[in-house]
Amino acid sequence: MLIAILCAMVMAIAVRAPVFLSAASLDTLITDGSILAMMALVQMLALITGGIDLSIAASMALVGMATALASRAHPGMPVALTVAISLAMGLGLGAINGALIAAIRMPPIVVTLGTMSLYRGAVFLVSGGAWVNAHEFGPGYLAFPTDRTLGLTHIAWIAAIVIVAGHVLLNHARAGRELYALGGNSSAARYVGIDEPRALMRVYCLTGLVSGLAGYLWVARYAVAYTETALGFELQTVAACVIGGVSTAGGKGGVLGCLLGAAFLVIILNSLPMIDVSPFWQMAISGAAILAAVIVNSRGEARRGKVILQRATAKETA
Amino acid sequence: MKRWETVLVILLIAICVINSLASPYFLDVHNLFDSTQAFTEKAIIALPMTLVIIGRDIDLSVAAIIALCSTLIGWLATLGVGTAGLLAASVVAGTAAGAFNGALITRFRIQSIVVTIGTMSLFRGISYAVLGDQAYTSYPDGFDELGQGTLWGLVPYELIVFAILAIVFTVVLHRTVIGRRLFALGNNPDAARYSGIAVDAHRFWLFTVNGALSGLAAAFLTSRIGATRPNMATSWELDVIAVVVLGGVSIQGGRGTLPGVILAVFVLGMLTFGLGLMNVPGIMMSIVTGLLLIVAIAVPLVIQRIVPRRV
Repeated sequence: MLIAILCAMVMAIAVRAPVFLSAASLDTLITDGSILAMMALVQMLALITGGIDLSIAASMALVGMATALASRAHPGMPVALTVAISLAMGLGLGAINGALIAAIRMPPIVVTLGTMSLYRGAVFLVSGGAWVNAHEFGPGYLAFPTDRTLGLTHIAWIAAIVIVAGHVLLNHARAGRELYALGGNSSAARYVGIDEPRALMRVYCLTGLVSGLAGYLWVARYAVAYTETALGFELQTVAACVIGGVSTAGGKGGVLGCLLGAAFLVIILNSLPMIDVSPFWQMAISGAAILAAVIVNSRGEARRGKVILQRATAKETA
Repeated sequence: MKRWETVLVILLIAICVINSLASPYFLDVHNLFDSTQAFTEKAIIALPMTLVIIGRDIDLSVAAIIALCSTLIGWLATLGVGTAGLLAASVVAGTAAGAFNGALITRFRIQSIVVTIGTMSLFRGISYAVLGDQAYTSYPDGFDELGQGTLWGLVPYELIVFAILAIVFTVVLHRTVIGRRLFALGNNPDAARYSGIAVDAHRFWLFTVNGALSGLAAAFLTSRIGATRPNMATSWELDVIAVVVLGGVSIQGGRGTLPGVILAVFVLGMLTFGLGLMNVPGIMMSIVTGLLLIVAIAVPLVIQRIVPRRV
């Protein structure tokens, strides 16, 4: 269903602006979509367990700022070290969420709402509110994510690796299948011997880990780090997931849907200037698109109607 | 630790004592009343949001509704509509936006978090589409009184409105059958439906009221800052939810009190005011809010773990 809508949309845009289907434009689309796709994927892990991670954008900003400051202080820092720092920092931030959620058993939405403010404030704390601008970064720092191997930018390759890893985890690994079980029915999952705290810890460490890496990629791609980096991005990742049919109630969602959802959002956001729509319309159109997509998705589900009374009235009308 | 409200009262007193020790300007009636203006609009939305969260829903679109309503009254003001008309238009528009949320949620059975993420983009997006990088800054004479005016030169009108609304909401939630039904549907929506509560109708009206008061807050905020920009009140939805959770309302629904939320409003408000007097930059407040939110929820849970539960 979503594939059909996507095709129709791409076609409509291509008719208005043939340049949209040019190699250069598609390349930008893939690079822009990569960060959203990988972040939506880890957001989906949290959503599948019935949780949510609202802190990912703040983690990205904090890790991005930390690596930017490091790069300013040591312009010659090797890229491998930058990547290692961002992964380690992201993992640490994710582990804080995980510990609060898995060990203390706080609701994920409350924990990540709190750490979201906390991490965002910390960006200000470490940077003193200042920006790190394009000319202050080390050359290697900025070049790596947008350099190309086999024609695609490194951002795209990294996203591809994350996506393949996500697919393997969710479909071919026990640790991934457990997440569906937990989201579907957590008490049943416990009875069959799934270690819930351990699984939740894993999920939030993973979202943190990938947020850290994405934070570096984001800052390097846009060549600027400031307190508001990626502000509001956490809700974009949730939006991509729900467009792709992931349920925020848990237990449902797949890699393909999530990718299509991300593609949908990125295409809408990127194509507007090409078809001569003012960029100020972006937000309204993506909001309308999110609503349209979830309404379409919900029609398929509504029939299952959990509530007996609902089914009874449906029968009467039938 | 028996009652969360007790903890909040102690916290509030502690903050006030520390503030008055740290700054000679804190314990000044004018300053205190003045400081409430910084959080009254959020506090007004926190009242219906408490009901929404107790009913096991959430509304992320309130800040976007503010931007939408403010854009509408900014535009109406350029057409020469008077203060009363603007106030009414703002509330009506907010009500409509809230009803739109409620209709989508109950009609299509989509989770409220999903719908309001969408309408959050939609409502604020409309504001961007109308204004772009412009702003509305001209309002009729007397409009500034709404958000800046005071009774006897002391008590802000906004605070009086908040106080009246707080009483109304507290009575409705804790003293009427409507309130009991909200707790029932927050605890177990299916059971509530089987016991004959019109669950969807209640949810629809909760979102509508939430929208209406967001519209009211929009009129106050616009009047107070004297300008409409599409990015106004950004991320207020999370501030409002944080204050509700800090007030002891369970995010899973079915549990919480309005006095708790009202206390939490003042705890955060006085904390912000105190930090401001000590020249701490505003964003540091976000660290404090975040920490407070986590500690406030974590500590009771940890204590529950350590202290064996009495049977």
